[in-house]
Amino acid sequence: MRLVRPYGDTMDDGAVQLSFTLPMPWSEAADEAARQLVAKMGFADVAVVDGRPIASGFSFFVVYARTPVSVDVSQIAADVPAPHAMSMDEIDDFVRREFGRKLVVVGACIGTDAHTVGIDAIMNMKGYRGDYGLERYRELSAVNLGSQVSVEELVRFAREKSADVILASQVVTQKGSDITNFTALAELLEAEGLRERVVLLCGGPRVTNLLAQELGYDAGFGRGTLPSEVATFFVHRLKEKLRHVRV
Amino acid sequence: MELRVDAARIDRCRALAQAIADPIYRFIAAHSTVSVERAVLRLLGVDGVVGEEVPLANAVVDRLDPARRASGAARWIGAAIAETGLDVAEAARALADGRVDVSSLDVTPPEIARGALRGLVDAAMARVRARRAEREALLARLPQGEPPLLYVIVASGNIYEDRTAAVAAAEAGAQIIAVIRSTGQSLLDYVPYGATTEGFGGTYATQENFRIMRAALDDVSERLGRYVMLTNYASGLCMPEIAAMAALERLDMLLNDSMYGILFRDINMKRTFVDQHFSRMLNAAAGIIINTGEDNYLTTADALEQAPAVLASQFINEEFAHRAGMPDSQIGLGDAYEIDPDVTDSFLYQVAQAQLARQIFPHAPLKYMPPTKHMTGNIFKGHLMNAMFNLTSVMTGQSIHLCGMLTEAIHTPFLGDRALSLENARYVMNAARHLGEEIAIRPGGVIASRARWVLEECERRLERVASVGLMAAIEARAFADVSRAPDGGRGIEGVFAKGADYWNPFEEALSPAVGAAR
Repeated sequence: MRLVRPYGDTMDDGAVQLSFTLPMPWSEAADEAARQLVAKMGFADVAVVDGRPIASGFSFFVVYARTPVSVDVSQIAADVPAPHAMSMDEIDDFVRREFGRKLVVVGACIGTDAHTVGIDAIMNMKGYRGDYGLERYRELSAVNLGSQVSVEELVRFAREKSADVILASQVVTQKGSDITNFTALAELLEAEGLRERVVLLCGGPRVTNLLAQELGYDAGFGRGTLPSEVATFFVHRLKEKLRHVRV
Repeated sequence: MELRVDAARIDRCRALAQAIADPIYRFIAAHSTVSVERAVLRLLGVDGVVGEEVPLANAVVDRLDPARRASGAARWIGAAIAETGLDVAEAARALADGRVDVSSLDVTPPEIARGALRGLVDAAMARVRARRAEREALLARLPQGEPPLLYVIVASGNIYEDRTAAVAAAEAGAQIIAVIRSTGQSLLDYVPYGATTEGFGGTYATQENFRIMRAALDDVSERLGRYVMLTNYASGLCMPEIAAMAALERLDMLLNDSMYGILFRDINMKRTFVDQHFSRMLNAAAGIIINTGEDNYLTTADALEQAPAVLASQFINEEFAHRAGMPDSQIGLGDAYEIDPDVTDSFLYQVAQAQLARQIFPHAPLKYMPPTKHMTGNIFKGHLMNAMFNLTSVMTGQSIHLCGMLTEAIHTPFLGDRALSLENARYVMNAARHLGEEIAIRPGGVIASRARWVLEECERRLERVASVGLMAAIEARAFADVSRAPDGGRGIEGVFAKGADYWNPFEEALSPAVGAAR
């Protein structure tokens, strides 16, 4: 068992910084309101180091405080889908060896979301941070359908192309639109009887692997994911799936 | 701080942009679109919805079969007014619900139809001119302050929350407020109606929402003693209609790009070219400053490599805007601070590009966009990147400055995020206000060499585009590494050839202004 709490300048001091806006004009009383609010959150030694008006009826605060709570890190398992990514060449070799054919990967930014930055980083030839995108893989037939693709359209296309892997991306998360769209995709694949045949992945800046699994996806990838990390995951997962199918 | 730029090369780039635009304009002159026709109806006073939220302008245009549509919507609404004696709103409703059958109007002589609209056309033009004069008077009485003008975005989805955020941002120093549209609105082939409180990633652009925001900003402008500008998006399938609404409601700026929708929203290129032209004619008359979307080339591909594409697009956007009658002072060409922060001398490359644009387009109110692509959850580093962006903007004399948010990659801005962002910009710009006038660029150094390369490469790109034609070049991935076919994409069904008797009274009314600006 190993208990950990935030570190300011001394082990276990619990030091935390916070900043927030309150919908009230600034005054000495507003500073005190901010202090009491943070104290009510359970923090100790609350210091409101900056409080000032930022508009009529709104004040902004910077607060330092100490937390008395800790977490037991021995009880926490890291949740990453593919800790050791293979290289593009290794993945191509793996596909040739294990499947003996090109894998079909279909990706899209679904719903009304027009922000393709995530799906483009993973799929487009160019890739992301020097890691080539899936279109560049010799053993993948990768199609990026782009932005604002309806769930129905994506599923229709995936069926037509006999997709092995489906990538769904969501950048806009306002009012839970990402969750709604991801859920709709998983449900439609289920209803169409395609879910078991494909590796279903989601991605986006607010996506976590945990969330993805709750939504019925094989995995989820967040900010900073490289194309080779996604590919490593899906080639292995697909291999597992096919083994189940054969048995 | 002056770069030595090759004036002859700039002239060649402009000549190439003209050569690129020529065939496109032959196409534009011979075609109209359903959204242009709906914009004409809206300018004539056709507003409101019928049935299940179908805008009246759509309902009328949908009643026109292809043969009659080729004459333009104005002929038919004019004929309906002449034959029935109804006012324009009632005549539109009668056409929409079939009480007046369009085919019964074939017999109405065109000159009678035109005559019936004369007063409405004059009134619309007078209203557009009056709104422009209002803006000019307000700017004279409530000066904005010096550029770079600080521009922030509100995007709650609810116009009333947006109003609160906009007023707070103005109080914190914002000089321009943009209401981001709901994601997906660009692909709607109609403009939603009324005040809206639901949207995704933004708030629907509607005429009523424009009015609500304009009124709130007029109030705060008076209170602060400086005019606060309002911006929205004339892009997507309803570009001309948004431009018409903006002209009527005194918006001050519109995002309006000649190629953005084609490349990044897969809207048909013919539709976009025709729509952008009529939109820009309206913008020109309304005194609205357009913001072009070159920042998008940088967010979707490597910013170091794409710099020449940005400049090439600026030349093309400038040429298209000139042809619609826009003076340089209304052409807000875009650029963005998107080079990977880990690149050594990234700041120098940004300065090179920003200064190059400043010198090539000396009278254009250049629009500068903040880092977005390399923003992460590390808000502290993000705040520093924004400071470098702010410094680049003030030292190179950019005009319209979209303030970067430290929480860019995380959520639509909180009220406090905007205040921190504006504080950052005001601090840096005040601290370095005259830096650009104090320093010289070393000949042959990093900045000078980079600027020279960008201009040379831009010329090569424009040559390639001119040699195959713009439509073929777009198909061959000349821009943003995206291929779009001339007859592919959304909205192609709404493009049609003008008939011999085609009539658009606003094209006529706006054309003299176009001639004067050329």
